[in-house]
Amino acid sequence: MFTSNPFAELSAFISTDIMQIYIIVMAVLVAGGTILDMMHKKSAKYFFEDAKKAKANSTRTVGTGEKAGLAVAVLANEVLTSGEFANTKRRISHLLTMYGFILFVVSSALMIFGFDSVATETLAQIWHTGAIMLCLGGYWFWFSIRVDVNSEGAKWYKLVRADIFIVSLFTTATFALIWSYLQSNGMNGKVGEMGLTTLFFLFFLISNTTLFASVLWSKFAHMFFKPAAALQKRIAKADGSNLNLPTDFDLTDPAVQARFPDIPEYMGKTPEYMGHGIRRESANHY
Amino acid sequence: MPTFVYMTRCDGCGQCVDICPSDIMHIDKTLRRAYNIEPNMCWECYSCVKACPHNAIDVRGYADFAPLGHSVRVQRDEEKGTIAWRIKFRNGKKDMELLAPITTKPWGKFIPQLANESAPAKEMVNSELLFNEPKYVAMNDSALPTLKSNGLEIKEGVYY
Repeated sequence: MFTSNPFAELSAFISTDIMQIYIIVMAVLVAGGTILDMMHKKSAKYFFEDAKKAKANSTRTVGTGEKAGLAVAVLANEVLTSGEFANTKRRISHLLTMYGFILFVVSSALMIFGFDSVATETLAQIWHTGAIMLCLGGYWFWFSIRVDVNSEGAKWYKLVRADIFIVSLFTTATFALIWSYLQSNGMNGKVGEMGLTTLFFLFFLISNTTLFASVLWSKFAHMFFKPAAALQKRIAKADGSNLNLPTDFDLTDPAVQARFPDIPEYMGKTPEYMGHGIRRESANHY
Repeated sequence: MPTFVYMTRCDGCGQCVDICPSDIMHIDKTLRRAYNIEPNMCWECYSCVKACPHNAIDVRGYADFAPLGHSVRVQRDEEKGTIAWRIKFRNGKKDMELLAPITTKPWGKFIPQLANESAPAKEMVNSELLFNEPKYVAMNDSALPTLKSNGLEIKEGVYY
């Protein structure tokens, strides 16, 4: 199962041209959905207006080189390692889902566009690994760390519109794995013979299409605007505007100690690390 | 005026939902980000503002004493054990920063171990004094306790 390309067997019933057209249609739906989402929520307009406001409050100018450095920091911290999450469990779950999704989608596209190449076995392994990672991260998020369940006391089976993305994501991966298992074991007929394999392939197709076609109504577009928001946050911090937040003072600096004498008087000249207070416990006391 | 959330900064962690004493910070069912469900009931205790790990919550001051355009922001830094405030007037010229300790010892390490204390004697139970109450705060027959009689003096600044 893990080394066989599920799309190769499928090509006996559905031509590769149709599969390739399907992939292109899904890519177009994501691009279109993201643009419509941006227009509907006016997110781009908000970003530019906010940037203008931040510039008016800035205390220094951030150069192009510094901005490039901040973009690299966003890529390394917020994008590649999901460093923005304050909750470690959510961060791990997000990393599993994100990398699982990337592996799954990229390997699907590569297998469909060139499934007869020599690397098919490796690609199939990557495809299955991606699907398993998606399931692990997705179900963990769904059953326990989703904010409705964790902070609002909602039951795991209570569906709301915001769930389109996560539900279609983990059902896509789950149905893909079941379909691949049934197909590789030749159980209950192959695709096209109307057996369990066909049924789970149809489920996979429906959830996959829902995932890519519902960008306007789901949170799919977060993968585009979240890095933009993270970059804006870092630039705001660098140029001194920082939403008018107080300065991040260095408590050991003599100038800071002279300005705020309570600090050395009650905490000493080199205050110790105080650890976590209310954040020692996760936020689930709804 | 009540709290509001900068949606691009909120990651829906639920810390504000957890801490709000009025139970009016909730998670939006569509966007899955925090919002104030009942602004009229918000009494601006700033608990959610201080608890938010992303500084995504802000407060609008009442227009009569804090005209639009001003800003009062706070940063509660648990790891440093400090709280910092920044108050900016609407003309942008008056810009004040304040910094004060919120703890002098690491969190949760110096909690009184009451279970290890010996059981109180009968006269202690019958006494009007509270457990571990310093003697100098208690009234007694001899005289009214004063700072001076207890060897204490008032110091300038915040102390506890």
